[in-house]
Amino acid sequence: MATRLKDTDVVVIGLGAVGGVAVLPLAQAGISVIGLEAGTWLTRRDFAPDEIRFNLRDWPMAVHKADGEVPSSRANASAQAFRGGSHPMMNGVGGTALHYWAQSWRLNPWDFKVVSETTRRYGASRIPKGSTVEDWPFGYDELEPYYDKVEYEVGVSGKAGNIKGKIDPRGNVFEAPRQREYPMPPLRGTAFIDKMSDVARSNGWHPFPGPAAINSRSYQNRSGCMYHGFCNKGGCHVDAKNSPHVTTIPRAQATGRLQVVTRAHVTTVEVDGEGRATGVNYLTDGMEYFQPAKVVLLASHTYENIRLLLLSKSKAFPNGLSNNHGQVGRHYFSHHQGGGVSALFPFDLKSWYGLPAQGVAVDDFADDNFDHAGLDFIGGGNLWVMSDRRPIAAAGGSTWNRAPTWGSQWKAWIKENADRSHGSYLQKTTLPYEDNYVDLDPVAKDPLGFPVARLTAEFKDNERKVATYIQDKMEQWYRAAGAIDVSRGGVGGAMGPSTHAYGGTRMGDNRETNVVNRWGLSHETPNLGVLGGSVMGTSGAHNPTLTAQALAWRTAEYVAKNWKAIST
Amino acid sequence: MAEDQPRIFTRRDLLRGAGALGVAAAAPTGVLGAARDADHSAHDAPAALDADQARTGARPAREARETLETLTAAEADTLEAMCARLIPTDANGPGAKEARAARYIDRALGGALAGQREAYRTGLSALDRYARASRGKAFHELSPTDQDSALIDVESGSATPGIFAGSSVTFFNLVRTHTLQGTFGDPFYGGNADFVGWDLIGYPGVRTMVTAADQQQLEKNALKPNHRSAYDTEMFNKATVQLDLPARAKEVANGD
Repeated sequence: MATRLKDTDVVVIGLGAVGGVAVLPLAQAGISVIGLEAGTWLTRRDFAPDEIRFNLRDWPMAVHKADGEVPSSRANASAQAFRGGSHPMMNGVGGTALHYWAQSWRLNPWDFKVVSETTRRYGASRIPKGSTVEDWPFGYDELEPYYDKVEYEVGVSGKAGNIKGKIDPRGNVFEAPRQREYPMPPLRGTAFIDKMSDVARSNGWHPFPGPAAINSRSYQNRSGCMYHGFCNKGGCHVDAKNSPHVTTIPRAQATGRLQVVTRAHVTTVEVDGEGRATGVNYLTDGMEYFQPAKVVLLASHTYENIRLLLLSKSKAFPNGLSNNHGQVGRHYFSHHQGGGVSALFPFDLKSWYGLPAQGVAVDDFADDNFDHAGLDFIGGGNLWVMSDRRPIAAAGGSTWNRAPTWGSQWKAWIKENADRSHGSYLQKTTLPYEDNYVDLDPVAKDPLGFPVARLTAEFKDNERKVATYIQDKMEQWYRAAGAIDVSRGGVGGAMGPSTHAYGGTRMGDNRETNVVNRWGLSHETPNLGVLGGSVMGTSGAHNPTLTAQALAWRTAEYVAKNWKAIST
Repeated sequence: MAEDQPRIFTRRDLLRGAGALGVAAAAPTGVLGAARDADHSAHDAPAALDADQARTGARPAREARETLETLTAAEADTLEAMCARLIPTDANGPGAKEARAARYIDRALGGALAGQREAYRTGLSALDRYARASRGKAFHELSPTDQDSALIDVESGSATPGIFAGSSVTFFNLVRTHTLQGTFGDPFYGGNADFVGWDLIGYPGVRTMVTAADQQQLEKNALKPNHRSAYDTEMFNKATVQLDLPARAKEVANGD
């Protein structure tokens, strides 16, 4: 029998990138919040510059709950699902934001209106067959104040390209109007990044430094970035990476209204006979607890948000919580990050130091920033060139068919070429489709015996065409910069587990096709909110975290402003 | 990452590499103690060796063999010989032998890579049996040229039938992966001794701060290598989460 704990106003499940942000507006509004986090607190002492520990042994992810919960995946319903590799997400106060790249992009207005804008510009027939994409229930303008809020609360460095309609070519000329400049200037460049920027400009493109939730200078009494080269999958040893564990969570705790509970493994959300959420069950060291709450906010990343809903069965919700319309797990997709392009240069890039958020972006081929009239796809990609290299990976990298992979010839090659290859990061539009979804695996279980999530999803024709188009642009960029060899990856098949996972609890006005309403609250369970990429119905061509955080802030603020109506 | 169509390098290509051996690697690997002493006097500056011992608690290199933590002496003979051919000591300087990649592997197999202990037991034994069956001597007693040709068979899979359980290709790739880790990883884990791996590829070393001026020095080829382990910085020895917990040694391809 679970121990019943003292009532609280709001319980937040997961204190990562979105739950860790949502607690602040709630606590500031005088609402009592309990944050349940499966992982523990980590500190700067835990983040040594150590490639073996972070990049090869998956520390600290491996020591946490998520590693036993890797979703299974298959390309389609007739394929065999398998589980492999590591979970891309980790537990810990701050969640995966402890070690993420921290690129902090706003979406483009087109991403909110894919259906209506595509129809208006090119005709309805251009929506890919089988796609279940819908317009968001609101446009970019609705989210702009929340983007602004999070950029300043968390701390984002960058260069504005459009302040209230005034275009600045030093920033992203394709971005939608923002109300003011970023709180910090962009991260610095390197000679190679500057060279790539010059080449892009001579191609007639519009390069700019990307936005990052990383301090480019001292901000809120925390240090600026040290550029030491271990940011990719590593936490920050000087707290310059603006994960919620050093930003919004401590600020919420300072109000006295946030209680952080670590090592709390939530198993189910409870509901009453009328279908209202009453609280959550969790396990700590094998002991069962029930935490009653007036409002429950689910913030455990896409796969776990879906899984927790599907596992929370009751009389009112026999197919899982908030799933009486069969929409939980539907409209799932992950960002198309495959189809990479890499290059070999005849000179050292001097990229031993830096970080993946330090670089130059080109948005000329993202979203609907270019005319698709003569093309056979919609959407596009962001081209990103960064400074990121570590010694084991550098030594173990491709020899470009120019040397064997061991022995004296290899050694001579790597001595000359360890710092001469470069991999770009190409972030491309992915759409939801009727036959891509997440459900519970009928066989595979987590260590507690609960089914893991099963992904049935593959990239479709539109995604593959976008990928090929973007590869052409990236190859053009590399060759113009003097690359002597360029290599392209395959353009995509099955969607395995990804950090950039979207949908499954999609947001929209129509309760027949969406799990949550325009405020992120469940259509079927009005005192249950869902936070994170799982509410997003489109991805655009940019990293999701800032958008998910802006949405989380907006949901939390709405709950606070309408507390009486929502909590009773 | 690049998805190359691997061009098949011929046996002749690789053996041509073996022909370019430096003097140190040509020393017989069969008499390990003596060979190691001779090599260390050539490659280890005494001060650096002392620092290495202080950090790792290693026993002095002058003893016949450092205490093994996981492998048997026979396994270590075979593994050290294999590592020394994967990243040979040659005209381009020290290799996996001087980096002590095998020491890294020996230690890791008792900790984070414990799950692969059995693969090493069966794989090293199979390699030795294959060397004896095909070339008449224990692997570590073969000439470097014969070791290379045997390893080409292991890498290509032609050494597999009846000798390697599963595919010898898997074993080859496992050892290559760990030899890279033991040569180019942080010396904290027992390899990359005297930073020979980092010096080989021009990595200027672990730093806790890289200023704009440092980056400019790097771009002018004027940044002095920093020969330090991450754990020479005191704050990282106070981690709140224990090091070296068993884990899957698998890279995740996602970015953020």
